Amino acid sequence: MQDIASFIALNRFGLGAAPGDAARVSRDPRGWIKSQIKRRSPLPQSLARFHASPDIMLGLHRAQADGKDALTSAIATAMSRDFTPEIAARTRAMIETQTPFAERMVLFWSNHFSISTAKRFVGPVIPAYEREAIRPYVFGHYSDMLKAVCSHPCMINYHDNALSIGERSRAGKQARGAGDGALLKETLARNILELYTLGESGDFDPADVTDLAKAISGWSHGAQRLQDDPRPMHGYFEFNQAFHEPGAKRVLGRTYAENGLQEGVSVLDDLARHPATARFIATKLVRHFVDDTPPINAVERITRVFQATEGDLAAVSAALVDLGEAWQAPAPKVKNHYELVISTYRATGHAPQNDQDILDPLRSFGQMPFSAPSPAGWSDRGSDWVAPEVLMQRIEWLRRFATRLPSTLYPETLLKDSLGPVALNTTRASVEHAPSGEIAKAMILASPEFQRR
Amino acid sequence: MFDRRSFLQRSSAGLLTALAGSNAVFADVETDNRLVFILLRGGLDGLHALPPYADRNYQRLRPTLALSMADKVVDIDGYFGLHPALAPLKPLYTAGELLFVPAAATRYRSRLHFEGQNLLENGSGTPYGARDGWLNRAIQGFGGEDRRFGLALGPTVPLILKGDAEIQTWDMMEPTPPGADFLYRLGQMYQSDPLFRDALQETQGEFKPSPDRLELPNSPTQSENFDLAAQATAELLARHDGPRIAVMELQGWDTHYDQARRLHTPLAQLAQGILTLKDGLGQRVWRKTTVVVVSEFGRTVAENETQGTDHGTGGLLIMAGGAVRGGRIVGKWPGLGEQDLFEGRSLTPENDCESMFKSVLIYHLDLDRHFVENKVFPNSSGMLPHRGLLHSS
Repeated sequence: MQDIASFIALNRFGLGAAPGDAARVSRDPRGWIKSQIKRRSPLPQSLARFHASPDIMLGLHRAQADGKDALTSAIATAMSRDFTPEIAARTRAMIETQTPFAERMVLFWSNHFSISTAKRFVGPVIPAYEREAIRPYVFGHYSDMLKAVCSHPCMINYHDNALSIGERSRAGKQARGAGDGALLKETLARNILELYTLGESGDFDPADVTDLAKAISGWSHGAQRLQDDPRPMHGYFEFNQAFHEPGAKRVLGRTYAENGLQEGVSVLDDLARHPATARFIATKLVRHFVDDTPPINAVERITRVFQATEGDLAAVSAALVDLGEAWQAPAPKVKNHYELVISTYRATGHAPQNDQDILDPLRSFGQMPFSAPSPAGWSDRGSDWVAPEVLMQRIEWLRRFATRLPSTLYPETLLKDSLGPVALNTTRASVEHAPSGEIAKAMILASPEFQRR
Repeated sequence: MFDRRSFLQRSSAGLLTALAGSNAVFADVETDNRLVFILLRGGLDGLHALPPYADRNYQRLRPTLALSMADKVVDIDGYFGLHPALAPLKPLYTAGELLFVPAAATRYRSRLHFEGQNLLENGSGTPYGARDGWLNRAIQGFGGEDRRFGLALGPTVPLILKGDAEIQTWDMMEPTPPGADFLYRLGQMYQSDPLFRDALQETQGEFKPSPDRLELPNSPTQSENFDLAAQATAELLARHDGPRIAVMELQGWDTHYDQARRLHTPLAQLAQGILTLKDGLGQRVWRKTTVVVVSEFGRTVAENETQGTDHGTGGLLIMAGGAVRGGRIVGKWPGLGEQDLFEGRSLTPENDCESMFKSVLIYHLDLDRHFVENKVFPNSSGMLPHRGLLHSS
């Protein structure tokens, strides 16, 4: 690798330099990134064989109808059939990809719309959710991704929105007759405002949350119906009129007349266009691509592009690449564990022998895909990824990884291909003085520069 | 303590994997002799392993490191002695099964570990001068079909065994946690990055990158692993249809600081490993065995300011085994006077490692001399096979 711009393109915007990457990138690092911005990125071939979410969902719904034990065992089966193989294949696809910027964007948006296996019922569906509701939109329009996510049965289940019953809906009246209280669920609505659009500091009050919850009451799936509903069970999204709160709703000062499913769609469209949303998303993106502390000017610029293009993520992504701030410091960000594992495999050209080679380190570091500690997703701040204990685990894994590298992969080659001009003198000296090639390679992988991006 | 029973259990599984992966046909091999090559990575200080304890210059140049009879040096000839951790090897020396070549060196004259190791292993005479290893090329001289004569102990095949000839591997070793030496090196590297520096320091508690706070560099796991590798080597080499050449590796020799304390463990591991080989091979096979122990370079004659030694040139080569004409110090000894030193700091490299290696290939493994000169060690015609190292030469 000859220049710092290549390093930034491959690491901050990509997923780490693989052998031969530098040659592809060096002529035009920015152009290389932008060439990956395609309105509809193709699904990596290795992921095409996995089940669609309605299939997985339907199996789970059926098991649920059969009782608790049946459900527990159905979840376990589906986890080992649908979840684990797909996260391994997805990780492998990211190790091998030629379009790492597009894949990084998948990771970013998937984390933005984080769903966790902590909710056991949805676990098996999460990789399919990413494949169906995130991937197709990473260079599309934000409002489309937002609607795809919020109407995905995985998200509906994650926040139990199918159980959300408008007070004056048919189901609400029945429940009141049976002596049950108010059953409107506000979790998805709160997350939409707090995490997906306006942000925590966004200017909204509890009444906005409640009315958004009312607007999306009835956003459901094919297994939550009134008893007299004759429709067969299925695994798709379904608008359930019988659960929907009738009447006008008022969100952020705007009144939405009763319009069934379309009501929620309109609110989401408006939220996606809201200036606070533009700022909130821009801040997150700049934090991800520039610095833990996002420079204000960069945030302003991305906010403007987001607003001007009504959330066209292709334009926003290109604008990120054009940020001067992104090309100054070579590696201000720390790789999270997932990025570290991917980039280590990429850097060494050492293909994982089996799925466990990929999943074991992620499990021991505590970053299995789709297990973020909260719906806010994984942290995007460096200090959270090099806390003392886990830094030692990273070091141990990298040290052990280095023992498995072929002796014909020379430390000089690894240093040149992965860090190049970014390697500090202290690192070069440490590598040069390492008592064996194996230890030299471990030093390169464990160096601050390699663990950063 | 190492539990022999657990080895036997693990060993049979290990052998299965080693041999199941091999589709080799074990035809009659053309040599019945065995070679075990032990690579000491990091630069062994020969003057510490085989101290010229009676030399005044030695005592003068190493005010804190020099060993004397008071340190329980085991005398060999009134001038050289054995480091006390190597004392278990004394009976081999007495029995004529162990020899030392001090002031030995490959053709490498610079001071970078992996360049030196690369040259030592590729056999071309320059770092990165060949993409394969000289022992692999030697194996190709054994005959037309691939019989898996080579055996690598550990997770990867070292460069010295890399090449066109298929190699068996045996890896049942426990993964070792990063040793204190590695963490010390990391600590130094992390000085450039406060986030990483502070986090690493915190994991170490009181640990600061200062020599006197270090633990011994070689963990118990490494000791066990080396002995386990020696047992596996012996078990596999002892078979009449097994491999003939094995390569073992031992780390922990790069003693820039606190050398006296840090070298004790690896030296003891080395001695134990050689005895384990002898024990495991049995008398019949041991008689046909040569063990060669070598490091990429030696170290400075004078000690440095941190009670260690830095990278140098002339080192120490050790040979053991029933096939060896031992009980001797072999080669020229340049002396330690000011005028005698190489570049004013190292033991002058008087004895070429390549001469010893060629001798082993030609006289011990019966490889054709022209083949050895042309294919195994090209560009080394000035280095004649050293005569008299083996009973067969």
